[in-house]
Amino acid sequence: MVLLYIFTGVGAFAALLAAAFTKDPLFQFHSYIFLVAFVLGAGVMTAGVAYGKFRSEPTRYADGVIRAGVIATMFWAVVAMLVGVVIAAQLSWPTIFYFPEAGWLNFGRLRPLHTSGVIFAFGGNALIATSFWVVQRTCRARLAGGVAPWFVFWGYQLFIVLAATGYLAGITQSKEYAEPEWYVDLWLTVVWVAYLLVFLGTIWKRKEPHIYVANWFYLAFIITVAILHLVNNMALPVSLLHHRSYSLYSGVQDALVQWWYGHNAVGFFLTAGFLGMMYYFVPKRAERPVYSYRLSIVHFWSLIFIYIWAGPHHLHYTALPQWTQTLGATFSIMLWMPSWGGMINGLMTLSGAWDKLRTDPVIRMMVVALAFYGMSTFEGPLMSLREVNALSHYTDWTIGHVHSGALGWVGFISFGAVYCMVPWLWKKDRIFSNTLIEWHFWIATTGILLYIAAMWVSGIMEGLMWREYTPQGFLANSFVETVAAKHVENIIRTIGGLMYLSGAVIMSYNLWRTVRMPGHEAQPQGLASLPALAAAA
Amino acid sequence: MSGLSYEAVARFAQQGGTVYFGVLFLIVVIYALWPRHTETFKRLAALPLEDCEDDHVPS
Repeated sequence: MVLLYIFTGVGAFAALLAAAFTKDPLFQFHSYIFLVAFVLGAGVMTAGVAYGKFRSEPTRYADGVIRAGVIATMFWAVVAMLVGVVIAAQLSWPTIFYFPEAGWLNFGRLRPLHTSGVIFAFGGNALIATSFWVVQRTCRARLAGGVAPWFVFWGYQLFIVLAATGYLAGITQSKEYAEPEWYVDLWLTVVWVAYLLVFLGTIWKRKEPHIYVANWFYLAFIITVAILHLVNNMALPVSLLHHRSYSLYSGVQDALVQWWYGHNAVGFFLTAGFLGMMYYFVPKRAERPVYSYRLSIVHFWSLIFIYIWAGPHHLHYTALPQWTQTLGATFSIMLWMPSWGGMINGLMTLSGAWDKLRTDPVIRMMVVALAFYGMSTFEGPLMSLREVNALSHYTDWTIGHVHSGALGWVGFISFGAVYCMVPWLWKKDRIFSNTLIEWHFWIATTGILLYIAAMWVSGIMEGLMWREYTPQGFLANSFVETVAAKHVENIIRTIGGLMYLSGAVIMSYNLWRTVRMPGHEAQPQGLASLPALAAAA
Repeated sequence: MSGLSYEAVARFAQQGGTVYFGVLFLIVVIYALWPRHTETFKRLAALPLEDCEDDHVPS
């Protein structure tokens, strides 16, 4: 507690100094955000101490921070998916959705806002919230570290705000999925180490002698993301009072480190973490034990040992040595085994409960998530082969592939987990409306199908058009002709994305009504105000 | 320095890596299939099914 006070004090002072002395207006802007956050943090802590909110109750699970996490998950889901629909509209109707007078609304600024928003803000909050739920329940221990989980939560929101405002203002180090600059990276490192310590501390004091498989996946996600983040963001700032920095790596080394990072952001952030979610919420919701616990162990170790080598398949036909490219493709093909092992393990967990697919839209959502996981992990290794990559790389096919994984797998398994957790967290018997979950499911599923089908068509078409030669040996199509050719597919993609966003809005409304329903027992004292606090911020 | 030539290092990494991964995989499979673990794994597979909705930590 005292440590946190000193930390916020020093942080606020440093931010104030930085704001006062920098000659860089963008850096000054972010210094002010840091300053406001530290002052707010100190204020909230003082209020918390004054009203006795920080009493540690070892006999109760720490669920307040998970409630806040669920609210943040849905808030960022709607924001980030809305930005996705806006940039899809910009690609479809560039004459209508182009705003030359507002540079921050340019596609180049909004695109990283969308990708980081859905991956780190929506996905990250879903992972942190569910991991806090799962690790407490499967270890039978309250979260370790007192107020540290709250620091992780609010610190992570600060990271998101800094990253998002930075992109709009034009602050970027130009590394895909790692765009934030050096000082934001340092802040995330502090938050992430706190997250790791909270998670490890909870496992340390567990009453269950064994560590449940979901916690292994979550732990692999937390540790590997820490390593990836540190290695890929090694950079030297121009000055301690300037936002710009330069990477320690250059040329092909830089490219290899970036795609080692980039692919393992997929492998450990978007796969291992969400598999942890799957291994808890699918058996829980189906009320069936995990199909094969043995398979889950083999699944875990082979997945993490193989994924880490697959990155070089992003760099086919580049200056990267060819054997390294082949190595990346080989490990990608090997990933078929653990990926499908995991998918089969999840699907077969429904053995004896298949009828629930008909009656329970939440379990249907999670099964469709597993189906999309299987499909996109089948497609990915194919695309990693040099010959297929020659056609697919730089085209919309890649965008479609990513979205079948992101919308189908990551989105649906997270929605399923949130639908499970909200009635538990807010002490309700059920979700407000089952019909609205059905609407969410069907609108979002149709949206995904429209999205990926359109991207397959436009991707393969533009790939073929790019490689088309005239008999004289000239390229047959100019680039702008290949862009014009996919106008219709771009519109279908926008509609698909809009449908997926609509599903998330319906879900938010449904959850809000669930929270407002009369509960089956009185709210535990002191926790009722937390959602309001989170919503106000 | 012939012992540390590019070819030698690459050969060591490739062959050693194959053996290393193969052995690791075998250890994992043997651990997973070890008969004495059967009961533990059966219990763990059903771990999420235990009541959890309440926020009371079981003693």
